[in-house]
Amino acid sequence: MITVHVQYFAILREQRGLTQEKLATDAATTAALYAELRARHQFTLPADRIRAAVNDELVAAAAPLADGDRIVFIPPVAGG
Amino acid sequence: MSFRISGESLDPAALQRALADRRAGACVSFEGWVRDRNDGQPVASLEYEAYAPLAEKEGARILAEAREKFAVLGTACVHRVGHLQLGELAVWVGVTAEHRGAAFDACRYIIDEAKARVPIWKKEHYAGGASAWINCATRGDHAPDTAGPIG
Repeated sequence: MITVHVQYFAILREQRGLTQEKLATDAATTAALYAELRARHQFTLPADRIRAAVNDELVAAAAPLADGDRIVFIPPVAGG
Repeated sequence: MSFRISGESLDPAALQRALADRRAGACVSFEGWVRDRNDGQPVASLEYEAYAPLAEKEGARILAEAREKFAVLGTACVHRVGHLQLGELAVWVGVTAEHRGAAFDACRYIIDEAKARVPIWKKEHYAGGASAWINCATRGDHAPDTAGPIG
């Protein structure tokens, strides 16, 4: 079990009802953590439309998680 | 030059002055404005939110790519966050170059890549009181990059 820090933006922030939280998880990868959180909080966006960043860098789907990581799940972007 | 997220309204004249360069024969800028409709729906206002640390990194990468691809001298881009009203300036891109061709091309490259890649989100507030996060309700696309979606 590791403890990670998750920050939420946009539609995920609204669906979670929080801007950030610290949580303990058995998830070994960003994909596993998103699946866990999606099931718990009924996030509408499927994993194939979400990117992940760990410690402010974009990472691959199966990026491993380490204790203390800062994670952001990135919904489809829409700047401009 | 920089990519910046701003919570304050943008001043295009000041942004352009910061690019002043005697070697430049061309300055091309792009302004993205808050429009009163989208996909046929009347829009009342727009709310922008950014994951600023990554947005500024990704934005800086886009500006660096533009400087590699095109013969430009200066590049800059600033994107607003917060609740914007109709007609407000949401994003400003400026490019200087010796000649106009490279300046136009680089400006187009920067705004297109920024829209596709930078972690900024837009919520439309409609005249009737409803609202929606753009690209999050129906199946949309991420621009390809090395990271890829997580699922």
